[in-house]
Amino acid sequence: MTMAEPLLAVRGLRTVFPTRRGLLAACDGVDLQLAAGEALGVVGESGSGKSVTFLSVLGLIRPPGRIDAGEILFEGRNLIRLPAAALRTLRGRAMALAMQDSLSALNPALTIGTQIVETILAHGLARSRAAARDRAVELLHCVGIPSPDRRLNDYPHQFSGGMRQRAMIAIALAAEPKLLVADEPTTALDVTIRAQVLDLIDRLRRERGLAVALITHDLGVVAERCDRVMVMYAGQVVEEGPTAEVIARPRHPYTRGLLASLPSLEDPDRPIDAIPGQVPDLTHVDAGCRFRNRCPLAVELCMQPVELRALGANRLSRCIRAEAVA
Amino acid sequence: MLLGVSAIVFLMITLTPGDPVEIMLADQRATPEQVAALRRDLGLDRPLVERFLVFLGNALRGDFGISFFHRRPVWDVIAERLPATIELTLFSLLVAVLVAIPLGVIAAVKRDTWLDRALSAASLFGVSLPGFWFGILLILLFAVELRLLPVGGRIGFGFDVLRITGFLLVDTLLAGDIAALRNVLTHLMLPAITLGLPTAALLARVIRSSMAEVLASDYVLFAEAKGLPRRRVLLLHALKNALIPTVTVTAIETGQLLGGNMIVETVFGWPGLGRLVVESIFARNYPLVQAAVLLYAVTYVMLNFAADLLYTALNPKVRL
Amino acid sequence: MSARFVAASESELRPVSPLRLALARFVANRTALASAGVILAFLLLALAAPWVAPHDPAEADLFRRLQPPVWSAGGEWAFALGCDGLGRDILSRLIWGARISLFIALMVIGLAAVIGTLSGLAAGYFRGWVDTLVSRLVDTLLGFPYLVFAIGLMAMMGPGLHNIVLALVYKEWVFTCRVARGETLAAREQDYVEAARALGCGPGHIMLREILPNVLSPVLVVATFRMAYVIILEASLSFLGLGVQPPTPSWGAMVADGRDFLVDAWWVSTIPGLAILALVLAINLASQGLRDAFDPRLHPS
Repeated sequence: MTMAEPLLAVRGLRTVFPTRRGLLAACDGVDLQLAAGEALGVVGESGSGKSVTFLSVLGLIRPPGRIDAGEILFEGRNLIRLPAAALRTLRGRAMALAMQDSLSALNPALTIGTQIVETILAHGLARSRAAARDRAVELLHCVGIPSPDRRLNDYPHQFSGGMRQRAMIAIALAAEPKLLVADEPTTALDVTIRAQVLDLIDRLRRERGLAVALITHDLGVVAERCDRVMVMYAGQVVEEGPTAEVIARPRHPYTRGLLASLPSLEDPDRPIDAIPGQVPDLTHVDAGCRFRNRCPLAVELCMQPVELRALGANRLSRCIRAEAVA
Repeated sequence: MLLGVSAIVFLMITLTPGDPVEIMLADQRATPEQVAALRRDLGLDRPLVERFLVFLGNALRGDFGISFFHRRPVWDVIAERLPATIELTLFSLLVAVLVAIPLGVIAAVKRDTWLDRALSAASLFGVSLPGFWFGILLILLFAVELRLLPVGGRIGFGFDVLRITGFLLVDTLLAGDIAALRNVLTHLMLPAITLGLPTAALLARVIRSSMAEVLASDYVLFAEAKGLPRRRVLLLHALKNALIPTVTVTAIETGQLLGGNMIVETVFGWPGLGRLVVESIFARNYPLVQAAVLLYAVTYVMLNFAADLLYTALNPKVRL
Repeated sequence: MSARFVAASESELRPVSPLRLALARFVANRTALASAGVILAFLLLALAAPWVAPHDPAEADLFRRLQPPVWSAGGEWAFALGCDGLGRDILSRLIWGARISLFIALMVIGLAAVIGTLSGLAAGYFRGWVDTLVSRLVDTLLGFPYLVFAIGLMAMMGPGLHNIVLALVYKEWVFTCRVARGETLAAREQDYVEAARALGCGPGHIMLREILPNVLSPVLVVATFRMAYVIILEASLSFLGLGVQPPTPSWGAMVADGRDFLVDAWWVSTIPGLAILALVLAINLASQGLRDAFDPRLHPS
């Protein structure tokens, strides 16, 4: 990448969960970089490790899950080495999380106001409760919630779905973080509201230089909103590059499969090609390519370990036959 | 509901095998005439429905008849003993809740560690304890061996507290008699632990499972992602939601404490309603037993009602 | 691959009855198995009481009044756990007491399970007025604290073995009934029940042949769990003097007898209480194991 000092740099991240059948490495050797003001799309089906990767960054992996290897550099500081208390002061303040379902992400027993104000106060961003409340009103106004001072006293279930999703983003951004991890922030919304929420995130990115990691399985959203895209499969990054290029010329058979499985707007009658086969059991994987059992291009050599390698400027692929992917 | 409960109390008394009149007069050599007279006095010669309506009407007016044994209205006798029982029940509930909440929360937070396993073993132990025996063990240890606490009763000899409310904790405070208050507290200690600890064991299990469920929720993850202090995440975000389902269980368990009172008051010679009922059973003082059972049942129904109200108050989703 | 792994995958291929699977899981749970062993030991002791009890439980001998257990000074093996206030052998009374305790608990749970399951099946299957009637009755009975209910009944009926069983069954069936009703409500919407109905099977056939097997395992779990409670209840009633009457030995009454000698003879009250605790704890542990065995998804451990 061209950036001198990325905001976030992850190297060799491996996060594991003990299960009955053995250790499950939900993400295994993940590398990524994200600069201020950049939007990175993170794509993959559920279980590909995209959420676990960013929960690891936020230090929110719940025991017995744990980070097994790798480093997470945020503004040059390795978060894995950081004591829990120091990491907590970074959460919310330096990096924030927006979740898929605001109804379950917001505490049902506390008002929206309480949930914004506590974040502002926890990071010492207001002198008094009243000042924090004023900021909360401002924030809700900023995300486009009408008569925000009244709505502060409402409980989450009293908000409409789109309104609640925006309120949740306002809460996540209450302490003006530099990085927003948006984990499927629009999956539960209908098309118009989805656009509103994505517009909001876009605006904050442009105005404040917020870095955004947009986790989704919707390539369409990524194509519209992200400069760069990272495709994950079975706990690994399989392809990365500028969104337009990746979509136009995928360099990994999995990405190609994903694109083929999208319904096409121009030609709605085109049959959707779902990728045949199943994701391998992550408790028992070998060193070889993890996609080979579903891959139309697989050859004997795919049993050997495959590295993520550079393909010209800005493009990365974890496929030995990347050049053959069309 | 209350109607149903009173009907059951009534039916229980009328339809169960064994004629109360015969049991009452079993010790005396009663002539058939005497039996018939008693039967008439008790109104037992009337038709069933009429007797039920009379019983119900009287109960609604607070008239439960005369206690044979005390030769005073049943209600007066009960009212006199009630404060002791209420005091013990509330204190036990306090013990139960104070023990259960921290233990339940700790077990949930430290899930699947040795601490959690130890706590769950301890709570299973607590649930399996026969209350009357536990009380005796406590007496043996703290009163007989260590001589730290009194064997029984509500207050030591030599204390003379003016009866105002009947609640000794309140009355000693009103009288400003700190020594007496302390004495009352030492008397409360063992019975309240006997009654409260097994309840605590049960509540702790409920709190653990509901807390564990809440801790796995998205909103706790989100609260953590905001960088809130851990204490606030656990005690406000998690516990507030975890306690909502616990309220109902607590109400039911408080009701069970009412029954447990009869045992514990007997063990500790506590001059409350529970012991009065047990004594009355052996004295064949039926009007009192009947009134007390009805009172217990009504209280229980009220408790459940109160739990519903509290549930609504705690849970904004139900509130409109 | 280890042999164990192969066996596991084989069992996945071959259809195994859920009951056998549950049994296998139960046996694999060491705590549960040990608890089952303790329960079995109590049962055997109770059954064999006439042969294993060293003395006649009612035989009083004032010379042996409050004789301490064997490990204390003045104790002897012939009266291993000491003697009570009337000089009766505590061990023998304990063994005979197990007979009473287990007999009552099994009778109560058995009767309650039958009544509860049948009424729950009927309420859940027919719904309508049957359900209204059963549910109303259940709610009303739940309106009493259990012990108050039992004590009230015993007060009216007078003490005695049969009356205890009756007094407890009157309320106990409610717990089974609630479970059975819930399971039936869920099962009656399933395809296999619809299929049986379409084939023209009568309600009796559907309830007993199609639904009952699905209701049984939750009922079994609840029944064992309730049994622990019933044992404590019976002991409580006996403690108050409302249980079986002397000279029949019962654990609760033995604890009560010992209260007069707390200062001089701690063992008279303590030992029978320990027996209750051991049995109840074993039943609780076993029922927990049973629950995990039948529903491993809910309680992974």
